[in-house]
Amino acid sequence: MTNDYDVPYMERTRLYYEAQGYSIPYKWANYRKTPFCALTKPLAQSRVGVVTTAMPDTAQGRAERKLYSNPATSAPDSMYTLGLSWHDTVTHTRDVGSFLPIEALLAIQAGGGIGDLAPSFYSVPTSYSQRQTLDEDAPAILDCMKSDEVDVAALVPL
Amino acid sequence: MSLVARHLEQHGIPTIVIGSALDIIRHVGVPRYLHTDFPLGNPLGAPYDRTVQRKHVEIALELLEEASQAKTIRRSPFSWPGEPGWRDDYSEVTESNQAALAAAGKARRAKQAAMKKNNPKQQILMP
Repeated sequence: MTNDYDVPYMERTRLYYEAQGYSIPYKWANYRKTPFCALTKPLAQSRVGVVTTAMPDTAQGRAERKLYSNPATSAPDSMYTLGLSWHDTVTHTRDVGSFLPIEALLAIQAGGGIGDLAPSFYSVPTSYSQRQTLDEDAPAILDCMKSDEVDVAALVPL
Repeated sequence: MSLVARHLEQHGIPTIVIGSALDIIRHVGVPRYLHTDFPLGNPLGAPYDRTVQRKHVEIALELLEEASQAKTIRRSPFSWPGEPGWRDDYSEVTESNQAALAAAGKARRAKQAAMKKNNPKQQILMP
């Protein structure tokens, strides 16, 4: 095998859980159609909202993985990422800039590349239950974004 | 996260996903996706590499403006600066870890059963 290939995460996950004794493999959602809507105004006039799968590094964020609205006025020093699947044998998540685009977007905002960054960014849990995500978490994020008058969203899963 | 992107888009908020699991994103289907071929955990760039992290956000914003149809995917031009063999050991099952994985699975199921007994509505989170 060459060094350069797309990691087959679905297959690796299936084999990993099979080795743990799970007989029914996880089924990712799969759709025939994907929604699409065009931007209604230039990015330089748009408010950007950010969504991450990392939790706030607070007592509550460390204790409970759920939806959080976090202040986005500056990048946090740390985020809580234990319990998420990331490649801990080759890297780490101590630099939030490696997975959370707050500092980068604030710099781009200062240069006029976007209208502004929304006042909050949002943490969303990764749930096995697609119903939980579809019926509860996704609508809750939408409500947060509407309340923050977000025009476009950048979603960055770890 | 793909499901959240789809939901936002359905309700009029254009989205860009930046991530490193191409097969999963393709399978679910998202409106726009910037693929960074980096280890899970650092989708924007290696730790402390502000130049590449910033560049990825800029490319993502370009894609947000330029895409004209769903499932538009762009690949990052940057490569992971670490060991070239980094892809090989993620969630690897080998002879040496098989027994430990089986034991971990058993313990996890026991814990989940106990959680469910105490709180039937408890959400099971994906690692």
